[in-house]
Parts: sequence; structure tokens; C-alpha cells
Amino acid sequence: MRTSECDMVIVGVGGQGVILISDVIGRAAVMAGKPVCGAETHGMAQRGGSVINHTRIGCRFSPMVTSGGADVLVALEPAEALRFADFLSPTGVVLVNTRPVLPSTVTCGKARYPPVQEILAPLKARCSKVIAMDATALAEKAGTAQAMNVVMLGALAGYIPLSEELILQALSLVVPQRFQEANKKAFALGKAEVE
Amino acid sequence: MGLVAGYPGTPSSEIIETLVELKSERPPHVEWSVNEKVALEVAAGASWTDCRAAATMKHVGLNVAADPFMTLAYLGVGAGLVVICADDPYCHSSQNEQDSRRYAQFAGIPCLDPANPGEAKEMTVFAFELSEKFNIPVMLRPTTRVSHAREDVDMGQAAAPCGPGRFIKNPARRVALPSHARPLHSELLAKQAAMEEALESAPWNRLDLHGNVGIIASGIAGLYAKEAIFDLDEELSFLCIGAYPLPKKLISRMLMHVSRVIVIEELEPVVEEQVKMLALKVNPHVEILGKEGFIPREGELDYLQVRNAIARMLGKAERVAAKNADVSCLPPRPPSLCAGCSHRATYYAMRKVFGKNAIYPSDIGCYTMAMGMGTVDTCLCMGASITLASGIRLGGEKEGICCSLGDSTFLHGGMTGLLNAAYNKARITVTILDNSTTAMTGHQPNPGTGMTASGEVTTQVSIEALAKALGAGLVETVDPYHLDETLESFQRAKDYPGLSVIIARQPCVIKARRSGIRRRSFQVGEDCIGCKICLDFSCPAIEFEKDKARINALCTGCGVCAAICSTSAIREVAR
Repeated sequence: MRTSECDMVIVGVGGQGVILISDVIGRAAVMAGKPVCGAETHGMAQRGGSVINHTRIGCRFSPMVTSGGADVLVALEPAEALRFADFLSPTGVVLVNTRPVLPSTVTCGKARYPPVQEILAPLKARCSKVIAMDATALAEKAGTAQAMNVVMLGALAGYIPLSEELILQALSLVVPQRFQEANKKAFALGKAEVE
Repeated sequence: MGLVAGYPGTPSSEIIETLVELKSERPPHVEWSVNEKVALEVAAGASWTDCRAAATMKHVGLNVAADPFMTLAYLGVGAGLVVICADDPYCHSSQNEQDSRRYAQFAGIPCLDPANPGEAKEMTVFAFELSEKFNIPVMLRPTTRVSHAREDVDMGQAAAPCGPGRFIKNPARRVALPSHARPLHSELLAKQAAMEEALESAPWNRLDLHGNVGIIASGIAGLYAKEAIFDLDEELSFLCIGAYPLPKKLISRMLMHVSRVIVIEELEPVVEEQVKMLALKVNPHVEILGKEGFIPREGELDYLQVRNAIARMLGKAERVAAKNADVSCLPPRPPSLCAGCSHRATYYAMRKVFGKNAIYPSDIGCYTMAMGMGTVDTCLCMGASITLASGIRLGGEKEGICCSLGDSTFLHGGMTGLLNAAYNKARITVTILDNSTTAMTGHQPNPGTGMTASGEVTTQVSIEALAKALGAGLVETVDPYHLDETLESFQRAKDYPGLSVIIARQPCVIKARRSGIRRRSFQVGEDCIGCKICLDFSCPAIEFEKDKARINALCTGCGVCAAICSTSAIREVAR
């Protein structure tokens, strides 16, 4: 029996803005009058480590998404998508930014970063749909590479039970005034990728 | 609340940081204390001055504060006193996963164990009232999944701040002489039954009797259990536990109602032991499942573990976890010292001077991540680098011994160890990695920074003067970005026939960047011979591409790699 309306896991690397996506969704859910909870592991975010956030909409239980339970996996970095693929439900959707962030183990020559196709192929076998996009390039097009997370939010908007209007309203509450326009554009470009 | 004191530690640091931002007419006094013992004593003093107070810390911080913690249970409170102790099952960012419910039980004080942020908020209000009602400190014990969770919480109205307090002299209650302590101990024991009675009806201890199979679950495990009951769609009896001492009447009613019960709790079998003892009295035939074979005693629980334990008890099918994705093609992404972090430079010079046979006791902070550099041989608890080094020397070790700890860790728990090393003639070198902040936990100020928690300017203590006053014979300060100078200093420390202290001072790069400090830029010339000496320095700003090193955008311009380069191929870019 389903114990929440929508379960998502958002992953990336420190500094990419994982928490902002969860924050916006949380605010939008509160505006929509839906119970919402989330939790994250972010302790090492500033030291180049992975960041993972769990967000559950319409849920009155624990904030943790279970293994194989995520309706949506949002990955701001391709390797992180596969690293946390265990969370994906077989009927779930994964949204991936294809732009790698190379860990220091790769840049110093101790490990190899696989071609993105090598990451996407096993993902395809685990869920119903993989949507891959160069969200960083789209964000640059919108005016700032920093808005990559908002491109992903735009793509995510169609897969969660919250209206686009509320998500945009929540977004405007957390983004500084001078970046509002670029973020709106970034959101629209992300949304267009999944339409 | 009138006063809150704490020492940073994941997952408790955000409490003080949030309260500092609180805007109100009469904001509470909020402070970063020097350590957790100090924080709890400051909070106790305020409580005895009729000012509601709280002390915040992580679970291992309570070990530091254990001395006042245990005796405060005897002496009692004035206004409400709450000890907020954040546990970290699975050691997400801790050196152990001790269960603080044991501490509350040990001291004989109530413990409130929230399952989510909403409960944590309600329990905090309740904790102050409970503390005042029973004249006893109360523990609030959120775990990582509660501390670092977010949800929609009804904030309600903040209570009126307390008025200006006065300390009322009462030696029989405030002076723990043996003759006072003995009756106070009796009083503490006598309170237990009344506290237990009061918590029988606390909203977080709830009993729902249905079928003759039951679940008793505490903290966040209660939420996992509730989700599992909903998912399995079974008529189960359920006792949710959120407040200790345990509600024996509720537990007894459950035990008399069911024939089989499972106790689900993270870490220690605190509830389970009590349930088993009670069962002997009220229903010896009930089958009690728990830590033996059903629920692990270590790490975090998760929904699937809890659901499957319940399913197994019911003889229903377990849900198989998703098959692990094959991630062998992925490069590891370990957290590491930042590009340009001065700890790396200090450790490089230390290792160069002391060599690979020297012993390097280290401590708790970002620098523990530098284990790969060969300069972190131990990490025990806050400040133990110096004392372990002393013991290693006095235990007979003849090799060089150079220990290291950060500025905040030194001020927290290192000073007494340094004094002891001087007093007992331990011939060691102590390196204080002074990045002028408490970096690991999110850059909180400390007495070396000249800034309080609320951003007020205050006395800036001199670590040099402290080290000298504590008895170090040689005290030198270096800028670790100047490699030659640092090497020379370490050499003098190594040769010094007594206790030497090197203070390696350079602000944390994250803080420096935020405060607008911009340094030089570097690049690798065509004359790079690809010797990889710079790669061994393991700075994330140095990459290797087509047999040559390359400096990437992460570079903060510390310039240490240029000093290390064997052919001087790394050079400053002329602006």
C-alpha cells in the first residue's frame, strides 16, 4: 500500500544546489496544503563529497525514502545518479544532468570517470524512464550556470503532484531578486526538455 | 528561554546558529561555549538564577559534560534546564554511535526522544515544564534523521522571555557536599516513580490495543513501524515510546494484551530490557522479539528493516531490497581537504621534517581527512592528540612524536593536555593548525577569533601566550603557505629538547573566500617533466593531463605547489 503521494531522492555534489530543490518543493507543498517531509546527508558537502536529499510529498511517516521506493530520482551529476540508483522504483523516473563533476580521484589520475553512456545504460534497466539533459548548458543559456539546479527543477515539475504555479511561487521566495529572471528562464528550459 | 550555550558538533550545531538569528524584543543570551562541560555549567548557573536555560551538544559532547550532568540530577534546577544532546546512529559524522538514552537513565533524569521536527518542537516546550515540575534537568535527544529533517511544523506562539533573574542562596541544594549529596540522592530516587507516572500520559507515549500481536517502538523507529503497519494492513497493537522513564503501566497493558511483541529501537536495547523485566512480572509467557535476531544493535534502522522484521514476526513475505546497482565503474568521491587548505601544507612540511617513522597523533577536525598524508596516526576524542602523544612518549616510544589539532579543538580540550605534557616532561611537538574557525562543523567562531556567537567583538585570546603560559618551552608561529619558513620551524621543534609548540596559522580557505580574500593565480609551464611530485601533494586543484600537471579553477593561489615543484615549472601568472 502506498504510504506517500510522491517520493523523490535528489542527489548531487556539494555546491550544486540539491537542498534548494527540496526547499522549493517543501514550500510549494506547504502552500498546497499537503504534508511534506525531507531529510538529507550534507555533512561533507563543502569538502567535495556527495549530497543526498529525501523528499516525500503527502506523507505523514518518516522522511526517508526506502530502497526501490523513489518515484523520481533527480541527479545533478551523472555519476551520483548511478551511485544512488538503489533508491529508484522499477516504475520510477530518473532525471539526470549529463555534465560530470570530476572528483579529485579522477583529476589526479587515480581513478577513471566512465563515459556518460556507461552510466545511463544501467539506469535504463532499473526504471521506466531516463531523461538525460545537459542542464548546465541550458542554465548557461538562461544566463547563469549556477541555475542548473533550477533547470532540473523545471524538468521535475511535471513529475510531482504540485502545480507549476506554486513551484514558481516558492522558487521566487528562495532566489535572490537579481537572479529571478535567469531562474524563470532556466525553469522553462528544463520543463521544455521533458515535454 | 533566557540562555542557550553549546559547543558545535554534527548534528547539533544548527540549534545555536538558528537561535542567534532569532529576532525578538528580548532575545536570549546565546553563546558558543569553549566546550560542552562549560556549556552545561553555564546553563546550570542561569537555571539557578531563575532563567530558563538549555545546553546543546552532540552525543560525544555529553561525555565531556558528564561530570556536571551526573551531579546536576542531584542538585536540581531553578528555572527549567534542558540538555539537548543530538545522537548520531551510523556515525554519519562522529567517532562513535553511543546511545544517550543510556546517559539519561544513568543520571536518573527524563529523556524525550523525538521522531520528527514537529515532535522536537513540542517536546522542547514540554521539557522546560517537566524540568520545573520535578526540579530536574531534562534531556532532549534528537537523532541525525530528526536533526537534519525538514517538515511542515506549526510554530505556535513563543513563550514570553523570562525576567531578570536572581540567584537565591540555598547551600543544601547547591553545594554538593557528601552530607548534602546523600539526601539529594534519596530525593532523586524518590522522584523516579512520580516522573514515570507523569510520563504515562505524555502525548508521545501512546498505546493502541488491537490484535494479540504487538509492536513497541521508540523515536524515529516508531514512524517506520507506523508506516509498516499501514503498508502491511494488519490489526496490530502498537505502543509508541517518546518519553523516559518508560511508561510501565502502558507497557504492562500491552504485555497483558498480546502473546507476541517486537521491540523496535535504534542502537541500545533500552526499551527492550525494561520490557523483558516487566514481562517477568506481568506476563512471563509473552514472546518478546528484539535485538536478538530481529533488530540490529548498531547503525541506523531504515523502513525496510523495520517492515521486514514485523513481516517476519507475522510470518508474512519480506520485501526484498532493490538489487544493488553495479557502481564499480564509478570513481570514488571521498570528501577531502579543500584546494589550498593550509592543513595540507602544514602536514606536508611536518612529514618532510619528522619523516615516515615518526608518530603522528591527530585529533578531531577537517584535518582528520588528511589521513592519506601519513600524519594522522590516531583520532580518539577532542584534545586527545596531545595526551596520547604524551603517553606514547612516556610509554617508551623513541621516534619523533609530532601531534596536531585545530585551534578550536585545542581551546576545547587540548589546553589541559598541553599543561600536563609540560608538567610531566613529555618531549613532544604539538602543532596547532590554526585556521581561525571551527571549520568542520560549519565555521563557528571560538575564543581565538575575537568574535562571539552573535557576531559581537570580544577578547581574542592569544594561542601563543596560552601555549607559553601552559609551559611549552619553544613556541613558534608559522604561515604554512611559506614552505621554507615552516620547514625550518618544524626542524627547530624536532631538535628542541623539551615540549615544543608550532602554531600554523592561515585562515580556512572557505572562510577566506567568503570574506573576499583573492590570492595569486598559478599555472604549469611547458617545462613540466611529469614527475607527479605535485600530485602527491593531493590538492584537488592539481590535475594530470597528457603527462603534465595542470592547475584547474579550484586553485585558491596558496602557492605551495610552486614551492614543491621539482623543476619550478609551476609559476605565478603575471596579472
